[in-house]
Amino acid sequence: MPRSLKKGPFVDDHLLVKVVEMNNRNQKRVIKTWSRRSTVIPEMVGHTIAVHDGRKHVPIYVTESMVGHKLGEFAPTRAFRTHGGSERSARMR
Amino acid sequence: MARIAGVDLPRDKRLDIALTYIFGVGPTRAQETCGGSGVDAGTRVRDLTDEEVVRLRNFIGDNYGVEGDLRREINQNIKRKIDIGCYQGLRHRRGLPVNGQRTHTNARTRKGPGKAVAGKKKTKK
Repeated sequence: MPRSLKKGPFVDDHLLVKVVEMNNRNQKRVIKTWSRRSTVIPEMVGHTIAVHDGRKHVPIYVTESMVGHKLGEFAPTRAFRTHGGSERSARMR
Repeated sequence: MARIAGVDLPRDKRLDIALTYIFGVGPTRAQETCGGSGVDAGTRVRDLTDEEVVRLRNFIGDNYGVEGDLRREINQNIKRKIDIGCYQGLRHRRGLPVNGQRTHTNARTRKGPGKAVAGKKKTKK
């Protein structure tokens, strides 16, 4: 079930403040954030936001088509490295 | 022969069933179509008059995206997700289930037929 339209998109305040300030000053800087739960709103388009993936901040350049998604969708939290390393390499030799 | 949205409807079936042969029309939309265009759902397709076929065609054309257009829209949505690199897009890219299903077992629809795992012995009773 989608979020009620009445409330508008959810963005953490501390992130919103930084985005608005960058827009006012017309400057471009990478914003580091842990707020994976924030929605991408039109004000963020064109900025680079570094979203935390649990280990490091993944820089994401926000484009128009990303609006409406959550920031966390763009920074995967699981890094899959292939299965069967030792067994496979043993057979290769 | 009744041809709606580029699909030939089966001649011997009830209209509400026959309409579901169109991609994008299921049982619900089939019923809505019958009601909305004032054609009895129980009539067989071969008994439809030309004028009724035109009404059905117009109703579907005005209200629903079907067949090629719908397929294109779906593919565009998938492509958009792949392009922006969001989680669902990554899952599409790898051919894995998109909506959080388990992949430890099952997920054969997305992953395709199972592949033999090297060195895995069959259990004997």
